[in-house]
Amino acid sequence: MSIRGTEIKIEGLSQRYPSRKVPTFNRVDLISPPGEALAIIGRSGCGKSTLLHILAGLTRGTEGRVLFNGEEVTGPSPRWVMMFQAPHLFPWMTVSQNVGVGLTFGRWSKSEIRERVTEAIQLVELQDFAESNVQDLSGGQQQRVALARSLVMEPEILLLDEPFSALDAFTRASLQKDVRSIAKRLGFNIVIVTHDIDEAVIMADRAVIMAGSPGSIVHELDVALPDPRDRHDPAVQELRTRLMSTFQEAAHAKGGAEAMEATH
Amino acid sequence: MSTAAETVGRAGAAGWIKHPALQQLAWAIGGFSILMLLWGIGGYYIANNPSTQSFAAFGLMPTLKAIPYLLEAGKIQNAIYASAFRMGYGLSIAIAIGLPIGILVGRNKRFRELSNSPFQLLRMISPLSWTPLAVFVFATWNGSIIFLIAVASVWPVMYSTAAGLAKVDPAWFRVARNLGARPLHMLTRIIMPAITFDVLSGIRLALGVAWIVLVPAEYLGVTSGLGYAIQDARQTLSYDHLTAMVLTIGAIGYVLDTTLVMLIKHYSWHRGGA
Repeated sequence: MSIRGTEIKIEGLSQRYPSRKVPTFNRVDLISPPGEALAIIGRSGCGKSTLLHILAGLTRGTEGRVLFNGEEVTGPSPRWVMMFQAPHLFPWMTVSQNVGVGLTFGRWSKSEIRERVTEAIQLVELQDFAESNVQDLSGGQQQRVALARSLVMEPEILLLDEPFSALDAFTRASLQKDVRSIAKRLGFNIVIVTHDIDEAVIMADRAVIMAGSPGSIVHELDVALPDPRDRHDPAVQELRTRLMSTFQEAAHAKGGAEAMEATH
Repeated sequence: MSTAAETVGRAGAAGWIKHPALQQLAWAIGGFSILMLLWGIGGYYIANNPSTQSFAAFGLMPTLKAIPYLLEAGKIQNAIYASAFRMGYGLSIAIAIGLPIGILVGRNKRFRELSNSPFQLLRMISPLSWTPLAVFVFATWNGSIIFLIAVASVWPVMYSTAAGLAKVDPAWFRVARNLGARPLHMLTRIIMPAITFDVLSGIRLALGVAWIVLVPAEYLGVTSGLGYAIQDARQTLSYDHLTAMVLTIGAIGYVLDTTLVMLIKHYSWHRGGA
């Protein structure tokens, strides 16, 4: 398996719901080069999840557009795959069947499916559970199946919507490292939406902070750290502290500006 | 904990049998034996009481003796064949209508709201009260009976299907769409396997209702089927034939229901079993 990355370009993207006065986010511009791991950090409700759904083609923005290698995104595609907060596995299928389900929607022969499924299952280290009922797996194992189900499509972009937030700390840490190392090995882009600063520092090459209402990108920071990353490494800790204070400043500045606007 | 409780529970009459299927069989045989014993005792008293003596043929032994005779004459087979045809036909129509409409009710909120009241009203009409209407509309008795079975069994199929769909996690559709599923895939790969269990449970209920409707419907003008055979036996005062036919109805219903229970177990992905 080797996958080429993609240039992600977001141009003047806005999202507003008719029922709300203020847009969810307004005129967001962002470029992510091929193979980059990008983290979008923000508090709940800043529109980061909506932004990710638009990237996945599951929703359309009200204004602006998203381009992958210059091609406008108009709907979902196996080339950009989203991993959700919960694994949402199909309980009537085995682990292998769950992993291969996306391939059965396309024109793949049975032997090709079998080959790619085996490879993807090895990638997430679930060989011993290939024929298990997914309901017998732990939460972490289930999220690994969901990861394999995404990877088997050989996507150019993997979109992650707080995918490990429901897992225990140990499982979360190991999956964060695994996803990053697999992405780097295969060369695909990652866009991860999170409110967890640690997650951004461990997984991303670059972090952007979204804040305010309407949401916008208020700050960005390069996460230039060598791999593998360890959360106890002083360099990681230092970057984490910096990101945290930037995040708080940005949030306050944005909040202050809004407060000012409101009084006028 | 539950395993311990189960072991204690099973360690009754069939505790020495290890295989669960054989255990179940042992329980079934035990239950049937008690039923037969009670019937035998009842028959004995009827036969020995001067005031009820003329009904002695209702007893266990005359009935069991009548069965080989009826089988040899082909009466049971013919009755089963005629009834099974009507049942199968009626149920097929019920499934063909109930399944797609059930999916629509489960998936489409507007349709659900719109159809709810008229469907509830129609559902509450006793199936047999359609009889006079059916007789007018259909040229043959067979047609009327098939209609009555279909009208009775369409509701359980429809509402079980809709209830099954209501339990389907909307995220499954999102995940599937995200992986490139088209609408046909949603139906064949997600919806159908997700609700097979509920559809089969609905068919099981439908079968029960259809079975209840079938026999009285066959008391109408037809000259074949299990209901007719009972009516015929009553008119010729052959009570042993009558009970043999009643027993046949029970036995077939039991076999059909058990088959469906096995199918439901096979297609169930719900943990905790069917």
